[in-house]
Amino acid sequence: MKPPPFEYVRPVDLDGVLGALAQNSGETKILAGGQSLVPMMNLRLVAPKRLVDINRVPGLDRIARDGDRLLIGALARHTDVLTSPVVREYAPLVVAAYRHVAHRPIRNRGTIGGNLAHADPASELPAVMLALDAEFVLRSLAGERQVAAERFFLGTFETAARAAEVLTAIHIPLAAGSRRWGFEETSQRQGDFALVAVAVTFAVDGGRCANPRLAYAGAADRAVRIAAAEAALEGQSPDQTLFEQVAAKAAEAADPPEDLHADAAYRRDLVRALTRRALSAAARG
Amino acid sequence: MPIASESVRVTVNGTMYERNVEPRLLLSDFLRHELGLTGTHVGCEHGVCGMCTILLDGRTARSCLAFAVQADGCQIRTVEGLGTADALHAIQEAFWEMHGLQCGYCTPAMLMAAVELIEANPNPSREEILETVGGILCRCTGYQTIVEAVELAARRTRERAQ
Repeated sequence: MKPPPFEYVRPVDLDGVLGALAQNSGETKILAGGQSLVPMMNLRLVAPKRLVDINRVPGLDRIARDGDRLLIGALARHTDVLTSPVVREYAPLVVAAYRHVAHRPIRNRGTIGGNLAHADPASELPAVMLALDAEFVLRSLAGERQVAAERFFLGTFETAARAAEVLTAIHIPLAAGSRRWGFEETSQRQGDFALVAVAVTFAVDGGRCANPRLAYAGAADRAVRIAAAEAALEGQSPDQTLFEQVAAKAAEAADPPEDLHADAAYRRDLVRALTRRALSAAARG
Repeated sequence: MPIASESVRVTVNGTMYERNVEPRLLLSDFLRHELGLTGTHVGCEHGVCGMCTILLDGRTARSCLAFAVQADGCQIRTVEGLGTADALHAIQEAFWEMHGLQCGYCTPAMLMAAVELIEANPNPSREEILETVGGILCRCTGYQTIVEAVELAARRTRERAQ
């Protein structure tokens, strides 16, 4: 339960981080909050040759309204995101989801960027970012690019971020704040990873659902939106009958993993039940 | 290739320590083996059991999920910084009175988590107390006496502040 040896560097600014990652072909890992990486190292599931500790890089933990979007710095600690007034105002779905995320000591150190870059398929936040149409800012010496959440999560622990890139910020459109939202989760114990979690958002336009997002943790090998369920919701008037139909579509389309905590049939059933509940909660407003 | 050792200076319970450590040394092992502060216990070493909970710059942290070198320049509080056997801290006194421990293995972590909770808000709700102690495994008590101990500690803290 001790991590294997590694070389440690602690840049004091972003240029230092980018320089340290420039020649990375996978042997270097970024150390942010360490709440996923260090357990994996202690269990010797990973053995990076070098860690680049970004904790002393100033400004990476900023949380602010920035024009027509909410900006959350990648190094913002979960505790600070959870208690941020601007997050509460513009992205209440994030706050609701955080009630299910880990325990206080983990949230004190863990970072939102670390969570997203780790891309655990059972983690709540990737699904939340899908439901909010978030964009991720990736930096390398070659420059900066933005990747939509939709195109960021590629598989279990696998993202669109390249080895030389660091996730610096998350952008959430402010329009997200005026949309209806709901979040539901089942886990074995409070604070555990989700067996299944669902984050839903939709606008109501002329009494009908518009532009819906139904995003899931625990329903596939990564956080996913379920397009068939979104299509069933689009343009329809929100009521319980519709929500039952949408939930059935979601359950049918889900491709949940099996492990010792839950088999696929149980997870599929959770997809149905939680989708219905989250849509009902969203409709109540 | 040999890994260079790193210098780390930390203040633990008001005392400054300076050591050279391997980067891979966990903060929990640093406290226990380098500094001899064995009040901080170690359980699972992957962030699940909560035994190694300390205060790092005023916030609870699992010391098994941080490297000692990362604590360079930081302020740490451990159970040794609370009270002594002759002069218990209010929270320790409450755990003693309410039988908030049996084997005692989780107690240092429970105490440090309670310190964070009560120092931030001496009037925590029962739900907040449950959330706080729920992050630390106790296999003896069934938690009820721990919750009661934290409630008593919070009440005493409020009374003493008046």
